[in-house]
Amino acid sequence: MENFDLLMHGFGIAITPMHLMLMVGGVLMGLIVGVLPGLGAPNGVSLLIPLTFALDPTSAIILLSSIYWGALFGGSTTSILFNIPGEPSSVATTFDGYPMARSGQSTRALTLAFMSAGFGALLGVIVITLLAGWASNFALKFGAPEYFAVYFLAFAAFIGMGSAAPMKTLVSLAAGLLLASVGMDSVTGSIRLTFGFEDLLGGISFLVVVIGLFGIGELLSTVQEGLRFRGVASKIDLRDVFRTIAELPRYWATYLRSGAIGIWMGITPGGPTAASFMSYGIARSSSRKGAPFGTGRPEGIVAPETADHSAGSCAMLPMLALGVPSSATAAVMMGGLMIWGLTPGPMLFATQPDFVWGLIASMYVSNLIGVVLVLATVPMFAALLRIPFTIIGPMIVAICFVGAYTVSNATFDLWLVLVFGLVGYLFSRLDYPLAPLVLAMVLGHKAENAFHQSMVLSDGSLGIFFSNPLVSGIMAVGIALLVLPKLVSMGSRLRRRVPVE
Amino acid sequence: MTKTKAGLLAATALMLAAPAWAEWAPSRPVEFVVASGAGGGTDNFARTIQAVLTRDGIVESPIVVLNKGGGSGAEAFLYARQNEGDPHKLIFGTNNVYLLPHVAKLAYTVEDLQPVAALALDEFLVWVKADSPYQTVMDLVNAAKDAPGTIPFGGSQSKDTDETLVALIEQTTGADFKYVPFNGGGEVGVQLAGGHVAANVNNPNENAGQWQAGAIRPLCVFAPQRMAESEPVSGDMGWHDIPTCKEQGLEIESYQMPRTVWLPAGTEPEVLAYYQDALKKVAESQDWKDYLAKTSQSASFLTGEELARFIETSEANAVKVFEAEGWTAQ
Repeated sequence: MENFDLLMHGFGIAITPMHLMLMVGGVLMGLIVGVLPGLGAPNGVSLLIPLTFALDPTSAIILLSSIYWGALFGGSTTSILFNIPGEPSSVATTFDGYPMARSGQSTRALTLAFMSAGFGALLGVIVITLLAGWASNFALKFGAPEYFAVYFLAFAAFIGMGSAAPMKTLVSLAAGLLLASVGMDSVTGSIRLTFGFEDLLGGISFLVVVIGLFGIGELLSTVQEGLRFRGVASKIDLRDVFRTIAELPRYWATYLRSGAIGIWMGITPGGPTAASFMSYGIARSSSRKGAPFGTGRPEGIVAPETADHSAGSCAMLPMLALGVPSSATAAVMMGGLMIWGLTPGPMLFATQPDFVWGLIASMYVSNLIGVVLVLATVPMFAALLRIPFTIIGPMIVAICFVGAYTVSNATFDLWLVLVFGLVGYLFSRLDYPLAPLVLAMVLGHKAENAFHQSMVLSDGSLGIFFSNPLVSGIMAVGIALLVLPKLVSMGSRLRRRVPVE
Repeated sequence: MTKTKAGLLAATALMLAAPAWAEWAPSRPVEFVVASGAGGGTDNFARTIQAVLTRDGIVESPIVVLNKGGGSGAEAFLYARQNEGDPHKLIFGTNNVYLLPHVAKLAYTVEDLQPVAALALDEFLVWVKADSPYQTVMDLVNAAKDAPGTIPFGGSQSKDTDETLVALIEQTTGADFKYVPFNGGGEVGVQLAGGHVAANVNNPNENAGQWQAGAIRPLCVFAPQRMAESEPVSGDMGWHDIPTCKEQGLEIESYQMPRTVWLPAGTEPEVLAYYQDALKKVAESQDWKDYLAKTSQSASFLTGEELARFIETSEANAVKVFEAEGWTAQ
């Protein structure tokens, strides 16, 4: 098998003392960058780009991609411990990760997240290894209507089976869409909803909103509940890590499903954030009985983390083979590629086999290094929850504001954090779900663009969303996800009054 | 314009400014404000300059790169206005600095910034899918005349350089395309390779990968003469083998996008001289030449009078297009 030989050749390039050192250093650096909210992987990678001019391209990409993996791992840590997503793609991890940590099982939650992340990454790299050529051809089939169908599917998967009151979900969703449309519209070039504030010209940063909604909002709730974290200081034991690893095979179905979603979204490219939301939504709808999602279900951590990482690793494929980055970090790395004199495109695999296969081989190795490193940090991070609230509370406030400032070095964003902190607090007091708002902010603008582009292409006919088997198929699945759960629950209510989740 | 002339002019400017220049050097970290998101062409431009300046010790203060790409880059230019007279901020853009205020109602004018230098010219080409029936640019134009408003032409952003060029082609020939804006050049390249649009006007390095693979091919380049000799890129075709659009009968002499560096307005003349000198050293370095070759951009170092003249012509030409299309903001 040709790809296998190439991969072995790649391992020969990737496994040298120098490259192993770069991987360990990169993963560690990424961990730090990922743990701090706001200072995300794109910032971390772009800071290092000028340094890589002294390295040869293969070493450079190994360093940069290792930072990326480290940041993806680190992003889930604060999501689980403090309900503050370190990276946009780890928002969905807060839904069940944080409740689980609060119930005293922080070690278990962290281990679940890291192992799922590692597994997802592995799935992603295997797909890249086997399907490099085929997958990039598949991605070429995606035009504007197909993109819209994918975003529609993500919305449908997440919203269709929501447990909150439908009207409240709708309000939250609409608020998110409204926030997503602030700034310059790239299809018409007009400026919308800035009310003359120059600071709103670039739109409202999703990360800033999330830091406010989740971080500050959660703190306000904690204050109201008596100034302490409800996190029970559980015994921290490295054996808990192994016990959790032993329970993993139970979730094989969630793993495979989430991995598949992540791979698809990484290649097409919908991006890791969309993948994690979609995967969480589908896991919720297809779960059998048990504690409801949102209260610390293990599948609620496994699903978004697996999808996030498989999408993250698969995002390298469209970047290398098509020159289209499907995540912000991939965009920065692609910039690096061009500076190093490599042209991303279908021929990169043929003209630069050392570079491409060295990178792919390094993805196996550095993710392995990543899993080992983060597992070793689990007890340390879990111990953070034992610190009294009077000490950790103010620290979280500081981290939230520093994090929001680093997103784009704008003082205006600090006000936004405050405002959205209040909004988050009100939402949780009044039982409005936050997730639809966040999802709408991430995908709203992209979905709107794709819709607008489709309308330009079709001269305003909606028929374009059913114009070929690919786009019709995705739309049909989306509509089914939106409608079926309601039909099923109505049907079962008719048959017997069984309580529905 | 010849390079020697440009060099002489810059050297004269330098000699005049030399005594004053010695008096100023940055005392704080210098901010490079990039008018695009991370990873775009403008971002690479700024980061390459940052690397050369730092590694060769031309600027001794640390350099920090900040991306402010919101509102097609307007965010960066507004930032310049807010920091009037600050000598520790350089703004990196294209022609968007002086064209944006014409098409969008923004709270800055080009007077809020002071041009320092232009370091490169990025070319524009007309590209079609490899198996497309169009062999020359006029085939494409005539097809659009026969079936007005049906041929989808992809481009990045709205009322930006790409749409302006498509509008210019329409105004010159009377053809009518269906312009579809996407988020960036890379995305437009893939949309073309996938056959979702019929043509695009990408810069060379945005489409080089797909051309190399034989998925798309160039029809012509909007330059007064053909591009520089290069290694063959696709089959035995190199950049030099692409005809100019004028050769093919499309009466657009040239359409190029400068990569420009600006200071906030109101800084001292010696500050300007300091940065002009530093950027000149960058333009002369081997790394810079490599960067230009790798990204298939043309070398062009402009400062002072020459730069002012270039901006004036480029602005006037674009505004003519904007007015004809009715894009001008009140």
